[in-house]
Amino acid sequence: MAEWWLYGPRDLLLFAPRTYYRLFELYNLELWPLQLLALALGTTVLVLWRRGGARAGRAIAAILLLCWLWVAWGFHWQRYASINLAAGYFALAFVAQALLLLWLGVLRGRLAPAPATRLQQRAGLILVLFALLGFPLLGPLLGRSWTQAEVFGMAPDPTALATLGVLLLAGGRPAWGLWPLPVAWCLVSGTTLWAMEAPDFALAPLAALLAVGLAAGGAARRSR
Amino acid sequence: MGPPLQITRRRLLGALAALALLGPRLAPAREDGPATRPIPSSGERLPLVGLGSWITFNVGDDRAARDACAEVMANFFRAGGQLIDSSPMYGSAQEVIGYGLAKLGHPARLFSADKVWIADGAAGRRQMETSRQRWGIPRFDLLQVHNLLAWPAHLPTLFAMKAAGQLRYVGITTSHGHRHDEMARIMASQPLDFVQLTYNLVDREVEQRLLPLARERGIAVIVNRPFQRGALLSKLGRQPLPAWAGEIDCTSWAQFALKFVISHPDVTCAISATSRVDHVLENLGTATGALPDQAMRSRMAALAARL
Ligand SMILES: NC(=O)c1ccc[n+]([C@@H]2O[C@H](COP(=O)([O-])OP(=O)(O)OC[C@H]3O[C@@H](n4cnc5c(N)ncnc54)[C@H](OP(=O)(O)O)[C@@H]3O)[C@@H](O)[C@H]2O)c1
Repeated sequence: MAEWWLYGPRDLLLFAPRTYYRLFELYNLELWPLQLLALALGTTVLVLWRRGGARAGRAIAAILLLCWLWVAWGFHWQRYASINLAAGYFALAFVAQALLLLWLGVLRGRLAPAPATRLQQRAGLILVLFALLGFPLLGPLLGRSWTQAEVFGMAPDPTALATLGVLLLAGGRPAWGLWPLPVAWCLVSGTTLWAMEAPDFALAPLAALLAVGLAAGGAARRSR
Repeated sequence: MGPPLQITRRRLLGALAALALLGPRLAPAREDGPATRPIPSSGERLPLVGLGSWITFNVGDDRAARDACAEVMANFFRAGGQLIDSSPMYGSAQEVIGYGLAKLGHPARLFSADKVWIADGAAGRRQMETSRQRWGIPRFDLLQVHNLLAWPAHLPTLFAMKAAGQLRYVGITTSHGHRHDEMARIMASQPLDFVQLTYNLVDREVEQRLLPLARERGIAVIVNRPFQRGALLSKLGRQPLPAWAGEIDCTSWAQFALKFVISHPDVTCAISATSRVDHVLENLGTATGALPDQAMRSRMAALAARL
């Protein structure tokens, strides 16, 4: 299309909601019980955070890196691309985030759990827990099948949200380089869900913006 | 409601008036099949209702969903349908159509309509060849420049393909009422066989200029978004279908909306997209019963305008 701006997101939506959620269903059925491993990895992130220390931060970054790489390949490239012409670019963005996690998180140790504001810590914890346990429940709560659950480490939205939670938990000196892609993803996904008229469209964008706000607020307080 | 006899008479008169309005251009394809109109540049006749594939056929690698699409196609052909429209912009829709055609043993009645949609003119041929392979057919009946994208580069290629027998018809498309000025200029200056544009009960701008121009230039017209991708049907559906819709054999708002489009004498074929067998049959069915005459068309439009 020559002029994309003539069309709104609803005009550009390429697939039916049914098709979008079927994608997760087939993905889940094909790879079961990989979901359990993904959840175990997510739980490990929390355990490492409780333990604290530089090594724990690097390990957390390594786990997230693996998840972003897997979502790029297993979801965007192998599956989403079959119905969305833009999914190849999404895959690239997820690989880029994995590389950023390698650089800033694993090599430079910027994800080490560090003291943060109370609010930031609570929000970070809630976000990670929600990504791990709440997000997969959303679909069934809204009347979709269990088999269509979006699981951390496999589906992009809970992976991005958990990453934002970890970033909040990493304390008052945010690694800003790790923020833009997860936040951008939450906005892209929210727009897609809005175009599909999904009732939960605002959830990921709002959570992402809230996380940004808290991180910025925490950083401002530190610098004062 | 009046006595049955009167209704029958009125219906008959309506049908006669419709025939008079449409003249010799309208004819049933075969006993109880959908009515057809000729492509002006060749005289070949096309059923008034075709099948779109935007969204509905973009089901990816999902085998069950592909089979469901093939079932829609099977019913479409069985009911006398011919024209299927797609585009490289529609995700996996071309592959899904190819899957359906192969499954159905490549029905001879298919009229294949696809598009070229790429900014780089030099890449057009490669894209069209990829599309052809996805459909799994020897050649396209119609190729259209999608949304006028890079048309000065693509049209010469399409005309050359037509001259070489690699293609039967050439067209251009637009939708949502965009870029009608440019479309009119191309229609006036290029030897097109087809244009595709948006026309429905509420988007009626094309009645003023593009449809008369198509008639004058002998260009066939494919209508997209007859239901505004379903939004129009949701709006209409908030109230009951008026009793007088029965006079033109309408039992649903979808038929009401589609009859309005295909009863315009300058429309060759309206393409609606559906993922459902009952809907594809309902849509094709609109081309078998009575069609509204001019007075009835005005009444239909007036009703839609009040919503
Ligand atoms: N620029 C371009 O070249 C361009 C732009 C737009 C469209 N197009 C072409 O035109 C085709 C048609 O346009 P469109 O797909 O945008 O919209 P449309 O045909 O106006 O509407 C399609 C929607 O209507 C529903 N529907 C179909 N038949 C129905 C019935 N009998 N009763 C109730 N609902 C019914 C379908 O849902 P169900 O699946 O539930 O039946 C579907 O959601 C496209 O598929 C595409 O091939 C071309």
